[in-house]
Amino acid sequence: MLRILYFAWLRDRLGRSGETLPLPQGAHCVQDLIAALRARGGEYAAIFAKPELIRVAVNQSFATIAAPIAAHDEIAFFPPVTGG
Amino acid sequence: MPRITIRVQAEAFDSAHETALLLRGHEDVGGVAAFTGIVRGGGGLVALELEHYPGMTESMMRRIAESACARFGLVGCTVIHRVGRLAVGMPIVLVLCASAHRGAAQEGTAFMMDWLKTSAPFWKREEFENGHSAWVEPRAQDEAAKARWGSLTA
Repeated sequence: MLRILYFAWLRDRLGRSGETLPLPQGAHCVQDLIAALRARGGEYAAIFAKPELIRVAVNQSFATIAAPIAAHDEIAFFPPVTGG
Repeated sequence: MPRITIRVQAEAFDSAHETALLLRGHEDVGGVAAFTGIVRGGGGLVALELEHYPGMTESMMRRIAESACARFGLVGCTVIHRVGRLAVGMPIVLVLCASAHRGAAQEGTAFMMDWLKTSAPFWKREEFENGHSAWVEPRAQDEAAKARWGSLTA
């Protein structure tokens, strides 16, 4: 199962901090996963409508939407960070 | 090996205590540069709510600290970032860099803050006195400040 995490305004919008789901059929990279999540419609379609506003980490390392994913990865979606 | 301390915590920190810990047993230190970030008020801001990505945050902070130690030849450094709700005026982040000479310590501190602001997975939500709250948007000048250092591992 994929472990998917949402932080900051993405979590607020979705009303959940994470979920687990099987690797979607035919999904090989983050972009494929985003497409599968957008296809759910509603808030999922809204938050992923502008992927350039979203950052992603695969297994706790910053990644691009072209990064490959596998069945047991941890994928996190979040806005650009604002620490310090 | 440089002495590196990384912590993410809700509790307050004691800069003098952390400095003493960083220096303990080190006679090769000529100076410690310190930066304490404070929650800045204005515009009706009451507090910040700080969120992070447990696990990834600590590993990014460690990478940044290790990079600073290698790049500037630091004897050691301490980075403590607070999370949770922090009212205006509260300390939010502490960076200490110890080195033989002043310049390296000061540069190390600036380097770590520039990287922390843009590359450690923390997010701030502003809470205002009228009850409104909003996530802090990233600032282009923070990215520009980081860019002057080149890559993290350089």
